[in-house]
Amino acid sequence: MTVTMGKALNAALRDAMREDDSVLMFGEDVGALGGVFRVTDGLTAEFGDDRCFDTPLAEAGIVGLAVGMAMNGFRPVVEMQFDAFAYPAFEQIASHVAKMRNRTRGAIGLPMVIRVPYAGGIGGVEHHSDSSEAYYAHTPGLKVVTPATVADAYSLLREAIADPDPVVFMEAKKLYWAKDEVTLPVTTEPFGTAVVRREGSDATLVAYGPAVPVALEAAEAAAADGRSLEVVDLRTLVPFDDATVAASVRRTGRCVVVAEATGFAGVSAEIAARVQERCFHSLWAPVLRVTGWDVPFPPPVLEKYQLPGVDRILDTVDRLQWDDVPDPRFLAGSR
Amino acid sequence: MTTQAEHRMPATTAAAPAEAGLLPSAEPVRFLDDDGGPAPDDAHGRFERPPTELLRRAYDAMVLGRRFDAQATALTKQGRLAVYPSSRGQEAGEIGAVLALRETDWLFPTYRDTMSLIGRGIDPVEALTLLRGSWHCGYDPVATRTAPQCTPLATHAPHAVGLAYAARRRGEDTVALVLIGDGGTSEGDFHEALNFAAVFHAPVVFLVQNNGYAISVPLSRQTAAPSLAHKGVGYGVRSERVDGNDPLAVLAVLTDAVESARAGGGPVLVEAHTYRVEPHTNADDDGRYRDHDEVEAWKRRDPITRLEAHLRSRGELTDDDVSAAREAAETFAADVRARLSDEPAGDPADLFAHVYAEPTPQLREQATWLAEELAR
Ligand SMILES: Cc1ncc(C[n+]2csc(CCOP(=O)(O)OP(=O)(O)O)c2C)c(N)n1
Ligand SMILES: [Mg+2]
Repeated sequence: MTVTMGKALNAALRDAMREDDSVLMFGEDVGALGGVFRVTDGLTAEFGDDRCFDTPLAEAGIVGLAVGMAMNGFRPVVEMQFDAFAYPAFEQIASHVAKMRNRTRGAIGLPMVIRVPYAGGIGGVEHHSDSSEAYYAHTPGLKVVTPATVADAYSLLREAIADPDPVVFMEAKKLYWAKDEVTLPVTTEPFGTAVVRREGSDATLVAYGPAVPVALEAAEAAAADGRSLEVVDLRTLVPFDDATVAASVRRTGRCVVVAEATGFAGVSAEIAARVQERCFHSLWAPVLRVTGWDVPFPPPVLEKYQLPGVDRILDTVDRLQWDDVPDPRFLAGSR
Repeated sequence: MTTQAEHRMPATTAAAPAEAGLLPSAEPVRFLDDDGGPAPDDAHGRFERPPTELLRRAYDAMVLGRRFDAQATALTKQGRLAVYPSSRGQEAGEIGAVLALRETDWLFPTYRDTMSLIGRGIDPVEALTLLRGSWHCGYDPVATRTAPQCTPLATHAPHAVGLAYAARRRGEDTVALVLIGDGGTSEGDFHEALNFAAVFHAPVVFLVQNNGYAISVPLSRQTAAPSLAHKGVGYGVRSERVDGNDPLAVLAVLTDAVESARAGGGPVLVEAHTYRVEPHTNADDDGRYRDHDEVEAWKRRDPITRLEAHLRSRGELTDDDVSAAREAAETFAADVRARLSDEPAGDPADLFAHVYAEPTPQLREQATWLAEELAR
C-alpha cells in the first residue's frame, strides 16, 4: 500500500488510541481541523472530543497540562504546531518534562510525547522552519526521535507513545508527503538502533530526519561516479546508537555527517566527536560535516542555499583525503 | 466540551454582568480583627466560621509549623541545610491549605512551603531533603499526594490543572491545590494555568500567598491590578481575597473553595494577604529593601496570636492546651535536630539511576567510567 508519512503518523495515533484509552491527543487545531498538517485528521470524529481535543493557544500550558495528566494515569500526546512555536514550552520541557523522574527518585515518570513538526524545505515563512532537535537532545531525561521513513514514522511513534519516558518526536515537515510502499501496522527496529539504509565501502554518510533522503540521493549519484557510499540513518538521537555508526565508519574509514540544522554546537558536532573518539585508528580523513550555515533559517528565496544538497555532500566527500593532501578549506590562514 | 464552533455576538442586554459571582470582595474576608477580637459581621460575607475542632487542629499544627520553621532556620545557620526559605508569619496559609484538603487531594507546593509538607504529615527529614542539597524531593509524591516542591516560579500551576482535570476525567473527586507567591503571579505559566483550568473546568484551587515581596521586589512593581485575586476574573475563574493572617478566614475560604471545586464548580483563585516576616532566605539581606517598622507592624498581626486569643476568649483553648501544643512542637524540633546532625551521604550511582526508566547505553557507559575513576 502506498502511504505518506503524514498518513502513517495518523495511523499510529489512531491505533494507539484504539488500543489504550489512556492515550490522548491535544494541542492547537488538532480537533475539527485535524492539525495544520492533518496528522490528527479524523481522530476527534472517531474518539470524541475527550480523547483528541483543541486547547487554548498557549504552548507552556499545553505541555504543563500534559505533565499533570501524565502524573495521573494518562499518556498524552501533544502537538506543537511548528518547531519555533514550541519555544514557549521550553521551560516546561527542560525543567519538568525532562526532570520529573529524577526529581521524584523514580516515583513519577512522564509517559508523554511532544510532537514537533520541524526543519525546512517547504518554503515556510520565518519561524516555521527551525531545526530545534539540539535543544532537546542536549537535555538529559528526554528521548529524541527523528524518523526519516514512512515505516519508521509509524513504528517509532507507537514506540514513543508506549515508552515510560517523555519523547520529543521530531517530524520533518518536508517528509509529511513522502510516500512509500508499507503495510500498516509495521514494526521496525527499536529506539537506539541506527540502520544502514544503503551499503557502501568508501565512506559513511551519517544522517537523520530530513537529511536521510538527501544522503541517499547523494550516494546514488556517487555510485554513478564509481564511489561507494554507505548511508546510516540514526532514527533516534537519544538514545544514540554508537555501535552501528562506529562499525560502519571502521569499515569504510571515512565519514561525513549530514544534518539540516546549523552546525555549530549542534547534533552533527556531537556525532563527529563521537565518531573520531571511537574510530580514530580506522579513519583515513577527518570527519567532515554538511550542515546548515550558522544563520537564522532563511526565507523561501534563500532556502536552497541553506539546505544540505547532493552537490554539497559530494563536494564534501571529495575532500575526504583521497589524495592525502591538506584540505584547502582548513589550511593555515584560511581559518 | 463541544466540537461545533459556537461563536455568537456577546449579549448586550444581560441583566447581570458576566463577572458577577467571579469578582473578589472589595476587602479581604476576615473573621478576626488584628488582635484576635471579632471583626465586623459584614467582613466575612457569606462565609461561616470554621468548626472549633478544625480551628483547634489548625492551632496545634501552626504552633508546630512555626517551631519547625525556626528549627530549620537555625539548622541553616549551622550549615546543615543548603538554604531555607522561611514561611514564618504565613502559618495560616501554610496550614490552612493542607487542612482544607482530604488525604486523596493533591498539593502542589513551592520551595517556601515546607511547613505545608509538615502539615500534611510528611516526615520532616524527607521534607527537608531538597533544601539539604539533594536534587530530589525526598518524599514519595504519589503516596503523600504532594508534588515535588517547585522552584521555577508558577511552572507547577499547569501541572495541578492537568492532574485535577485527569482526576475528573477518571471519575475521581480529587481536588488539586497549588501554592504560588505574589511574584509568581507575573509569570506566564500562572496565567496559562488559570485559563486552562477555567476552560477545562478543572477542580483546582490556586492559593496565592501575597506576602508583599518577591525577594526584594514589592508588590507595587509586580502588578497594577486592583488585587491579585482580580486576575482570576479575566479568565472566568471565581476569585476571593482573604486576610492571610486570620486563620478563621483562611480556613473558611479555602474549605469553601476546595469543596466548590470538588462539587464541580470549577477552579477558584484565592489571594491571601500576608507577610514574609523573615528575609527571603538565609542568604538575603532584607535591610536593603524594607523598613524594620514594616516588619514589626506585621508581627503585631500574628496569625497564631490572633487564633489563640480567639479560641481562649471562647473558652476553647486552655493554658494546658497551649502548653501541650508547645511541648509537642519542642519534641518535634528536637527530633529534627537529632536526625539532621549527620552530613547527607551522596551515592555516585544515584547520578544515573533515575534519568530514564532504563538508562541509555551512554549513561550506563558513563556510570562505569565514574565507577572506574572512583576505584582508582
Ligand atoms: C522562573 C523563575 N525566575 C526566577 C526565580 C528566582 N526566584 C526565586 S524565589 C523568587 C521570588 C518569588 O517571589 P514570590 O512568588 O512572591 O514568592 P515568595 O518567595 O515571596 O514566597 C525569585 C525571583 C525562580 N525561582 N524562577
Ligand atoms: Mg512573595
